[in-house]
Amino acid sequence: MKSSLKNMVMVLFLITLICSAAIGGIYELTKDPIDAAKQAKTTAAISEVLPSFDRVENPEVKDVDGDKMKIYKAVTGNEITGYAIETFSKKGFGGTIRIMVGFKPDGTICGTSVISHSETPGLGDKIDKSKSDFSRQFEGKNPATFRLGVKKDGAGDVDAITASTISSRAFTDAVKRAYEEMKSYIK
Amino acid sequence: MEYLAIIIASIFVNNIVLAQFLGICPFLGVSSKVETSLGMGAAVTFVMAISSIAAYLIQYYVLEPLGIGFLQTIAFILVIAALVQMVEIILKKMSPALYQALGIFLPLITTNCAVLGVAILLVQKEYNLLESVTFAVSTAIGFTLAMVLFAGLRERLELADLPKAMKGVPVALLTAGILAMAFMGFSGLV
Amino acid sequence: MTNLQVFTKGFVKENPTFALLLGMCPTLGTTTSSINGMSMGLATMFVLILSNIVISVIKNVIPDKVRIPAFIVVIATLVTLLQLFMEAYVPAIYETLGVFIPLIVVNCIILGRAEAFASKNSIFKSALDGAGIGIGFTISLTLLGTVREFLGSASVFGYKIEALQPYGMLVFVLAPGAFIALGYLMVLFNKATAKIR
Repeated sequence: MKSSLKNMVMVLFLITLICSAAIGGIYELTKDPIDAAKQAKTTAAISEVLPSFDRVENPEVKDVDGDKMKIYKAVTGNEITGYAIETFSKKGFGGTIRIMVGFKPDGTICGTSVISHSETPGLGDKIDKSKSDFSRQFEGKNPATFRLGVKKDGAGDVDAITASTISSRAFTDAVKRAYEEMKSYIK
Repeated sequence: MEYLAIIIASIFVNNIVLAQFLGICPFLGVSSKVETSLGMGAAVTFVMAISSIAAYLIQYYVLEPLGIGFLQTIAFILVIAALVQMVEIILKKMSPALYQALGIFLPLITTNCAVLGVAILLVQKEYNLLESVTFAVSTAIGFTLAMVLFAGLRERLELADLPKAMKGVPVALLTAGILAMAFMGFSGLV
Repeated sequence: MTNLQVFTKGFVKENPTFALLLGMCPTLGTTTSSINGMSMGLATMFVLILSNIVISVIKNVIPDKVRIPAFIVVIATLVTLLQLFMEAYVPAIYETLGVFIPLIVVNCIILGRAEAFASKNSIFKSALDGAGIGIGFTISLTLLGTVREFLGSASVFGYKIEALQPYGMLVFVLAPGAFIALGYLMVLFNKATAKIR
């Protein structure tokens, strides 16, 4: 088609209008499933790191170091049976690592679950439970006696993943942050 | 320290071409001579710096306040395309010499995924304005570095006697692989 | 060209990765495993088929001078739709592919097909062309992903091959392996197709 200023402006305007309307429509349509998917992920992570519970209370959100931490309280009957803490570390090799850590009320770590990370596939991604047993060494340990630091650095009792000290350090850092946050929270 | 970490990480450790695989097309296409790759690198640095500022402003002053973050991709690509055009026109008027040097590369940049990639990444990494610009410029320097090193290697490769099936892109990819391996040595830096 | 030729030319003769050398960034960046490569291929195919159809429908009402911007808007819209759907229904894959999903916009294959084929042909043929090229791209990515996963982590489509576990060569999952694996696959492709092309 021949171009004139009028038809060029008209056509572009119409195309952008139709396109943004389409995106807006689909956005409304997918908004709930997206939220549900995110929610499902959090719930799955909480139930993964804590033993059975009746319900989870709405999280308490805290701003730490320019990022957010969320504290979920798991309740059975009227008793608090555990805390799940969504924590992070910015010391990861590929950026921020987000994990969920579950604690018993006495501070013992029940379990951990990686929410998101961008560590190197095949190396740092071993922080994920499905890739290696690294994160299992935290289970059942109480940070009051189990020092949260990498053995190689002489800073604690954590065995780092071979060739992925940075990722291991970051993971440990995130767990430590969660533990400290929990301690100050129960006080 | 924060800024130094960003600079070193984006030039060497997470080199945009050799570790993140963005901007491969110009990397393989333009990098047969050292001179042209320097020109391309300069043009990319220029556009990336400006587009990172534009992307930052659009994300935090238009898209987020209006709650239309889902239009990010479409907004960024249009702004980058318009920006490249604008830079081209302004350069032509203001500095014909610079236009002569960078001009032929500018239209190629719109479809360079490194530029759009950086714009999206700086939002994802939640950088502030100054960090964004630092990130964009040092990423572009990393891009230029990879291009120039690679061009130097390819100038030599031209002279090598290779089996027919390996000529051109295949051997270039193998060379890029070895270069990427060399860059992995930087991974302990940050 | 017959319809069958339009459909099958993308498999080998005009294979976007090995013959046309287009779309290299996602090819290298997302193929750490067979599944990842295949998901990226399918995502690109989705956008490619739809963009070819839409552009073929609107080709007669677009003034020549604003052709490219109009195409880019259409492609960016389709990519955003894909992004929303993936985030909603396959969040795990959405996260793995990460920044490479929005970057489908600047994948030269899509704009290339819009310009070279869809803007000149009927709707049906454009859809066939998109599907054919899309399948070619998916095959290449799956192949590269499988090779890298097999050599790098001794598994295929996520199934570990126990006997080979100690021999996985990690470098093939990392960046250098992507270049090297693609380079050698391309050599094989060139050798195999030297006669037909």
